[in-house]
Amino acid sequence: MASGIKDKVVILGAGCSKFGERWDCDAEDLMVEAFEECLNDAGIDKKQIDAAWQGTGIDAYSVGPGSLSVSVGLHLPYIPVTKVENFCASASEAFRGAVYAVASGACDIALALGVEKLKDTGYGGLPQRTRGVINDMFYPNISAPGLFGQLATAYSAIHGISMHDLKRAMAHVSVKSHANGTKNPKAHLQKAITEEQVLNAPMIAEPIGLFDCCGVSDGAACAIVTTPEIARSMGKKDLVKIKALQLSTSNGEEAGYCNWDGTFIKPTRVAATKAYKEAGIKNPRKELSMTEVHDCFSITELVTMEDLFLSEIGCAAKDVLDGVYDADGNIPCQIDGGLKCFGHPIGASGLRMIYEMYLQLQGRAEKRQLKNPNLGLVHNLGGYPHMNVASIVILGH
Amino acid sequence: MGSKINNKIGITAYGAYLPRLRLQRKAIAEANAWFDTSLNALARGEKTMCNWDEDAVTMAVDACVDCMGKNRDSNPVALIMASTSLPFFDRQNSVIVAEALNLNGADIRTMDVTSSQRSATSGLLAALDIAAMAKGEAVLVASEHRRTLCASREEMFNGDGAAAITVGTNFVIAELVASHSHAVDFIDHYRTETSEFDYVWEERWIRDEGYMNILPAAVTTLLKKTGISAEDINHFVVQNDQATKIAKAIGIKSTAVVDTLMNNVGNTGAAHPILMLAKCLESANPGELIVVTGFGQGCDVILFRVTDLIRNKRPTLGVSGYLNLGCPEVNYNKYQSFNGLLQKDFGKRSETDKQAYLPAVYRHRDLINSFKGGKCTKCNTIQIPKHRYCINPDCDALDSQIDYKFAGTKGCVKSWTADRLTFDNNPPAYFGMVEFEGGGQMMLDFTDVDPDIFNTGIEVSMRFRIKQIDNQRGFRKYFWKAVQVSQNK
Repeated sequence: MASGIKDKVVILGAGCSKFGERWDCDAEDLMVEAFEECLNDAGIDKKQIDAAWQGTGIDAYSVGPGSLSVSVGLHLPYIPVTKVENFCASASEAFRGAVYAVASGACDIALALGVEKLKDTGYGGLPQRTRGVINDMFYPNISAPGLFGQLATAYSAIHGISMHDLKRAMAHVSVKSHANGTKNPKAHLQKAITEEQVLNAPMIAEPIGLFDCCGVSDGAACAIVTTPEIARSMGKKDLVKIKALQLSTSNGEEAGYCNWDGTFIKPTRVAATKAYKEAGIKNPRKELSMTEVHDCFSITELVTMEDLFLSEIGCAAKDVLDGVYDADGNIPCQIDGGLKCFGHPIGASGLRMIYEMYLQLQGRAEKRQLKNPNLGLVHNLGGYPHMNVASIVILGH
Repeated sequence: MGSKINNKIGITAYGAYLPRLRLQRKAIAEANAWFDTSLNALARGEKTMCNWDEDAVTMAVDACVDCMGKNRDSNPVALIMASTSLPFFDRQNSVIVAEALNLNGADIRTMDVTSSQRSATSGLLAALDIAAMAKGEAVLVASEHRRTLCASREEMFNGDGAAAITVGTNFVIAELVASHSHAVDFIDHYRTETSEFDYVWEERWIRDEGYMNILPAAVTTLLKKTGISAEDINHFVVQNDQATKIAKAIGIKSTAVVDTLMNNVGNTGAAHPILMLAKCLESANPGELIVVTGFGQGCDVILFRVTDLIRNKRPTLGVSGYLNLGCPEVNYNKYQSFNGLLQKDFGKRSETDKQAYLPAVYRHRDLINSFKGGKCTKCNTIQIPKHRYCINPDCDALDSQIDYKFAGTKGCVKSWTADRLTFDNNPPAYFGMVEFEGGGQMMLDFTDVDPDIFNTGIEVSMRFRIKQIDNQRGFRKYFWKAVQVSQNK
């Protein structure tokens, strides 16, 4: 029986670039911006980094093949650098690589960096792209809002919630995140919105409107990890430890076997169950202080509250409207503004969430600082509702 | 009388397909009469119009399904496809149709017949010959997607559609009595290896010198061969608005002239004689005589006698059924866009490379062309696409699946969206999860959507359609899409 990752690795430092339409920046500039903050925070020299992992979702648009963009861009001293891609959970994959390297004892200090440069495509939304030679022959001509919008149509049909009521709850998700985003100078969007604006926004993919979608941005985020012992030896206090790190990947059953009703993300439930066990969490609704989840769309965040076992099945809409996940609610969600306000540079998002969680746990989140957070959960989702990869990272003291 | 005679050969089944969209001719005239006021005089009725994802191949598949039904036990000996608008000049189109119909490719003759408006009647004669020789059933399907020049009279007249006939010796519903063919290089219009559209000569000359001379002579010759009197002909199939005059010239009664479907379909070119015949057979009575003509660089004339079995064989929907399923379209710009007649800004999302990788297409033809999935021989789980391991988590057997045909299977919509972000030739792009009767589910495109009734829970059936067009290389990919089952059906 594996002993798990709990308390074996700590975050030594973290950094995050300003997210947004960074017309003036290459991926290299974004990486350097996040990395310099991270290095200063960790208080180390880059020569102390033993290995690095890079998360990038669509390398053709951002950085090209291989891991040279990080090694060259950060001018790393001939250390192993590995680029990973796992849909929108690529940053969490990079983090997993670095954490495992430290936990195994192969490295003392490792870097995880996620970066994506998306705004050079010339149009809004994620890039229209190939899904692979075989898949392209039979996949519908999908887009992310088109696929995630189906969570809402299925959820409405299965749980008997009218689309009108569901859309109100979805609107609340977006309004809440925008309110949080106003307090975050690194967010792409820092403007408050109203429920009325959300409900009257142009339709993108039925039933998802413009304000149900997160933005698409350029950005980079990173974390340097090490062991608690090394961190303490460097004089670090108030350590932020990894309590759990789990990943679950669809095996085709949701897509092709008729045991999935389309209202939830199965890998999120699997990863959450394992992560709670690994972290020793018995009642997540009571024990978690906050969550940063993959709110690519308002409906994704809503069903994720059920998939993380924070809301009862079929009750997330009510909990959302009751303010359970608002900044002043029981379990604040997206206190930094989320994907909704940061936008979603694919390979950077997971580490951006970890960055916020790290700041919150260290009490350094400035205007948006929550009171005495103890345990935070980061949920990073890649792929489509019927075929995806879900990552859960739980951080705490 | 039909079933008792074993050596007779003739039609054994018939069917048709008409695209759902019906372009109102008024819309064409309104857009173009500023240039040619004479178009106003033609602005009556409607014509069938392909959706962007339909072509002669996809319509041929639908017409064959209408004719042959979804559950067939035997394999025809031949499948002949007639068209002058074949999507591929060099890739046998009838093979694509045969695979989409799940016919046994290991034992079938296929052939494309083209380059004349009478290619379908010539193909029908060839099918009859093959069926007689091979003592089996042969299929003739005629299909046309008729692209025309903007503001031309052909744009007003021509429609899109397909019709299919099976011929053989078993269960003959209309026996072949005789045929006659005449070849003469009468050039009423032409299209060359380098041209995109027909170049058409004056209607009056075509009528007076062509139809009025060539057809009566050939029909009269045929009748003389058989000793049948012109006035005994009950149905006369001629795809020309002067059919009554032609009938009169021969001595065929005017009541025998079959409706040209010009008012609600338009002229479907090579497919039209078969389409008119398919319509005619829907109401034909035992013993009646039908003359079918095909005109183009001469003519084919085929005489059938209807048997007692006619009432026992019906197409699934037939021409009449499809006529009732029309959806009026008044957007002339959409018609032009669907037919590739516009230089248009499709947006940057349309620019993604759509290369088809032919070895992969070949390896996956069972899924792509035939829409076959798998059925596990260990646990009976039905699944699509077929992977090496069974998808049932409690089974997980390796290489345990046999082919399972999904093409004729109905499904139910579990979730859906109407996507305005992704590129689509007819936005919004409808796609969603479909659960099939009997098992299996798949994320699929929807087409021919009626947004007013589209929702979770509705029933869908599968259609073979164009999935993507690679303009860079002139290739088109096909796949299967879900279509809501009409409430009229």
